[in-house]
Amino acid sequence: MSINYQTLSFEYRPCREQSTPGGAEQAAYPVIVVGAGPVGLATAIDLAQQGVPVVLVDDDCSLSTGSRAICFSKRSLDIFDRLGCGQRMVEKGISWNVGKVFLKDELVYTFNLQPEAGHSRPAFINLQQYYVEGFLLERAQEMPNLEIRWKSKVVGVQQNGTPGTHDASVTLTVDTPDGEYALRGRYVVAADGSRSPIRNLMGLDSKGVTFKDRFLIADVKMEAEFPTERWFWFDPPFHPNQSVLLHRQPDNVWRIDFQLGWDADPVLEKTPERVIPRVRALLGPDAKFELEWVSVYTFSCLRMERFRHGNVLFAGDSAHGVSPFGARGANSGVQDAENLAWKLAMVLDGRAADALLDTYASEREFAADENIRNSTRSTDFITPKSPVSRVFRDAVLKLSRHHPFARQLANSGRLSVPAVLRDSPLNTADRDEFEGAMVPGAACVDAPVQVAAQPAWLLRQLGQQFTGVLFCGEQGVDQSSQAALDTWRAGPIPLKLVVVTRGDPQAVTSSAAQVAHDIEGLAHARYDAKPGTFYLIRPDQHVCARWRQLDAGDVGYALKRALCVEGTA
Amino acid sequence: MTLNTQPNLARPDDFYEALIDMHRDLDDAQSQSANAQLILLLANHIGDHATLLEAIRYAREGVIDMPARNGEARPLAA
Repeated sequence: MSINYQTLSFEYRPCREQSTPGGAEQAAYPVIVVGAGPVGLATAIDLAQQGVPVVLVDDDCSLSTGSRAICFSKRSLDIFDRLGCGQRMVEKGISWNVGKVFLKDELVYTFNLQPEAGHSRPAFINLQQYYVEGFLLERAQEMPNLEIRWKSKVVGVQQNGTPGTHDASVTLTVDTPDGEYALRGRYVVAADGSRSPIRNLMGLDSKGVTFKDRFLIADVKMEAEFPTERWFWFDPPFHPNQSVLLHRQPDNVWRIDFQLGWDADPVLEKTPERVIPRVRALLGPDAKFELEWVSVYTFSCLRMERFRHGNVLFAGDSAHGVSPFGARGANSGVQDAENLAWKLAMVLDGRAADALLDTYASEREFAADENIRNSTRSTDFITPKSPVSRVFRDAVLKLSRHHPFARQLANSGRLSVPAVLRDSPLNTADRDEFEGAMVPGAACVDAPVQVAAQPAWLLRQLGQQFTGVLFCGEQGVDQSSQAALDTWRAGPIPLKLVVVTRGDPQAVTSSAAQVAHDIEGLAHARYDAKPGTFYLIRPDQHVCARWRQLDAGDVGYALKRALCVEGTA
Repeated sequence: MTLNTQPNLARPDDFYEALIDMHRDLDDAQSQSANAQLILLLANHIGDHATLLEAIRYAREGVIDMPARNGEARPLAA
């Protein structure tokens, strides 16, 4: 029995602040999250999993209408795995790795976003946003310390106390069917979407470029034989001089995205009389299909100058926006959520300084710039802004038919990969020689391992809290590493320990450490690990520091640095 | 690698003639497209990013400088 997540409606219930006016003055919630979209839900679940009680408020009482965001990246899936709902997403979603670019009706470029085996998750799944929200919501509803309040619209924001100190808090005025009430939290996460009421209430804005082009999304339901690949046409015979994107979603729904040009009439183009012939031109005159969802949109690449304002933290579309080509909207928002949740938890717990939250802003502003840069480049290719830009775009496409070099310039969207937070102040710079991609600041890559003689994945062993990963090759844990591990076990900050061995896992006697058997050697290879190599991993599965030889003092320093403890910057 | 702006063409006059000849019987749009394709082909052959940026900078400077020089009396042959 499948649930129609688009038609679900959630009940408004009066809350305790409404029955005890003034009660908000005494009790501040640790965190209030505003907006029950993918970003707000992910933030709230992550916080609740870290043991932080959360109130999540939403001005509506339903999930996403229409499929909207459909491409969820491997990194988002890795995050959803940690949040406890990745498997459902992948089971329902359509997995894909391959994209094809056509000029007219000729294939000019093929890319594979995950050319190597040995990863738990595909490069992408396509899944309608209402499923993503539905699965996240069901996970959120399992959490006893996560309270969701529907039909609760934020109409006022007031910051109290001195930011950065313990007396700082935020009072929200929340409007409900029973009128307004005051809701106070130490921190507020504004995940309230691209039109962010909180951003407006605070007199802030998100600035950037709006592109002069219109696109039509027609999601159609049909039985079709197209492969599960991302197909992008420039100037196809069925839609001359414009671009078209075709993508498969679950439930036999196909996303077709037609470029219309700036002069198109957004109201007229949404009518079935206009949409159906366009779809028929692609599918053929006899195709049977139903229109599932239609939308005409324009887009902008923009961001807020700063994602932190006092104790209000902006995440997702409220903080930044990109064009849809590249799937960098929802995916970057989910990464915002994960970056923010552990930092809030550490600060609220008193383990980290409030300054750690400044690094949420700086790290995710950096990531937003990367996403905006990629998105803008794609958009400039798809929608050239000047005649000469158009000449070069067409020249690239013409050359790409016969000359392989030009195919790498054909840009139909550079798809979302996690930003490498290379310059983050939380990193400890390499002192030892390392090769490969797992530099401090990089999101950890996956590898197949065995845990307790069962097939497992490395990423599932990492994160949620700080994790130390000791690679020991064919050998066991050497004495010096063992001594350092023992020191850490008694240390003030809980550190999850994982020993990755190429040899007999039974021979690893280190108690209190998870033992992962690297039977294929891919974990050692992907982390350029030698016996004794030690990685310190952040709760959000980003590499924090690494050494060729584990030393308890080094780890302690790196950990303090990653928590913005004084004297380590 | 830096951009070589010293004489390097094996057959300069033949090259120039061929370049102009590339545009024979083309309308403006076709000529523009041919120029763009030529730039892309040559850029790929060079490959090195710093060298390309240097060439781009010289090309832009050559244009930005032009208005200032327009009013100057210039010798017909140098």
